[in-house]
Amino acid sequence: MLPVDRYLLIASTVCFLLAIAHTALEMRDGLFRPLRFNFFAVGAGFIFQTAFLSVRGHAIGRCPITNLFEVVIFVAWAVALFYVLVGPAYRLSLMGAFTAPLVVLLQIFALVAPIDHPHTQRAPANSWLEFHASISLVAYGAFALACIAGVMYLIQERQLKTRELHSIFYRLPPLSDLFAAITRLLWWGFALYTLGLISGFFVGEPLPWIQITCATAVWILYGLILQGRYLRWFAPKRVAALCIIGFSAALTLLWGITFTTSTHTP
Amino acid sequence: MNLFCVGLSHHNADVETRENFAGHAEIDRVLRDCGCNEALLLSTCNRVEVYAAAEQFIPTTQIARCLARANAIEVDDRLDTFYRYENVDCVRHLFRVASGLDSMVVGETEILGQAKKAYEAARIAGAAGRYLHRLFQRAFRVAKHVRTHTEITRGAVSVGSVAVDLAQKIFGELNNCKVLVIGAGETSERTVRALVSRGVSDLRVSNRSPERAQSLAGAIGGRAVPFDEWPRQCAEIDILLTSTSSELPLISQEKLAPVVRDRIDRPLFIIDIAVPRDVAPDVNALEGVYLYDIDSLRSIADQSLATRRAQFAAAEEIISKHVTEFNESLAQGLNRSASAEHPAVADSSLRASES
Repeated sequence: MLPVDRYLLIASTVCFLLAIAHTALEMRDGLFRPLRFNFFAVGAGFIFQTAFLSVRGHAIGRCPITNLFEVVIFVAWAVALFYVLVGPAYRLSLMGAFTAPLVVLLQIFALVAPIDHPHTQRAPANSWLEFHASISLVAYGAFALACIAGVMYLIQERQLKTRELHSIFYRLPPLSDLFAAITRLLWWGFALYTLGLISGFFVGEPLPWIQITCATAVWILYGLILQGRYLRWFAPKRVAALCIIGFSAALTLLWGITFTTSTHTP
Repeated sequence: MNLFCVGLSHHNADVETRENFAGHAEIDRVLRDCGCNEALLLSTCNRVEVYAAAEQFIPTTQIARCLARANAIEVDDRLDTFYRYENVDCVRHLFRVASGLDSMVVGETEILGQAKKAYEAARIAGAAGRYLHRLFQRAFRVAKHVRTHTEITRGAVSVGSVAVDLAQKIFGELNNCKVLVIGAGETSERTVRALVSRGVSDLRVSNRSPERAQSLAGAIGGRAVPFDEWPRQCAEIDILLTSTSSELPLISQEKLAPVVRDRIDRPLFIIDIAVPRDVAPDVNALEGVYLYDIDSLRSIADQSLATRRAQFAAAEEIISKHVTEFNESLAQGLNRSASAEHPAVADSSLRASES
């Protein structure tokens, strides 16, 4: 018998899978429409994710980011959160079709991989540490969405450049809208990440050098992308590509932070 | 009650015939005098159609006479150009028309707006009653359904509209876009007008002949700029439209590269409709530059048209379902409610047409 939180996580994954299946069916028929289905499927998945985190949080008595399993789910939740907030506002409902696969990958990895190890020697809850870790992970959600918008930008740009327009071309937003969304998401992510980084100084206990180095590296990386965007070092296409590279690097470093340290546990 | 449609369209009547039978100000009254209980005239540049509900059969000749703009027009000579659809066929025909399946450009959506206007005019005049109300409301729903569930309206099918669609896919809203037109041909004027219709207001025209530049600029509400200034203008503009009669490419990668470097964060959309081409093909390799020549624009237009045609079967299937549903609901609902007021409706030929 699985614990309740696992059922919630499976239900959430099924919702995201439904969004993917719907998109796949549409594409098979030569259609690619954002419609409302993707938004509602991702929205339902987000509600189940929230319920999972809530149940888990109550069970362990703290913010559920105590091991790699919870961190991965928290990042997936932050991605869905930003999609629900940003998608409709910026007329990027099609982003759901791109968001769902990323979330499913993260959640299936969390469900299948043996990474849900409970911490036996747990320190008392430290609110600064919880704030530092959770806000940094929410920033990852914004970076993930910027990465997804970057993928959409590159797809649209390539079609325009090669003059080979597929069904998806007519459904994707204009380049200018995608670039505006990328910029805003980068700003949101950078601001939240900076907040997370600063709050790390108030934790009250020394943090391992590897965490500080990795976190600073991610901060510098996104700072450079934003700087390059405003100082016109990079064309929009390069910024979109850097968002993908940046998120891949940030995800790897996050893994490094969570995997290599056991003390950095709220 | 008998629902029918009599009309002529681009399929079988030339523009002169369509003009002669385009109806007139008194058409509603004339159709009522003919014996129509309800009547609606749909008159566009491609079709003239009367949709009507009547208790008795009204011959096509009589409707054609009502539509004739002048008494001198020989109706009998043109009668073979008229078509007539009764009951279920009339319903199907209207659903096809509203969905753009019967249009000259398959999938065009303008016809839906025209049908809505025609219905509104008939409703205000009191010429459309419960039959035409239900018929047209359903037709509008069907058109929306077809548009949402097929790709019948996908893409643009003319060079000008393809260019405008591409511009919107690059820049989104075109209100803040600056456009430079080099050359002053007819196609470029049409394309510029299409851009203006989507919100472009900053237009600059350049031509070897300053008089022609001035003339086109005046016609489209832009301003003329000296011909040798176009490289400097390229640093400011978003869309470049060229159509000169130059034998050699006017714009090469070498000439444009320094300009593009200075505007790295802003895309440049080049529409080259000149033959021979004004812009060297390798310009497309520059970062942020999207170059489309006349062939690539035509190819996209053809591709869109082929896609629309490929959606015909799916659209017809949707329409068939709606036709069946509509006839069933009309036979059940409307006849029942109408029987108290109009006993003759109980003998509806619509019901008969289902068997």
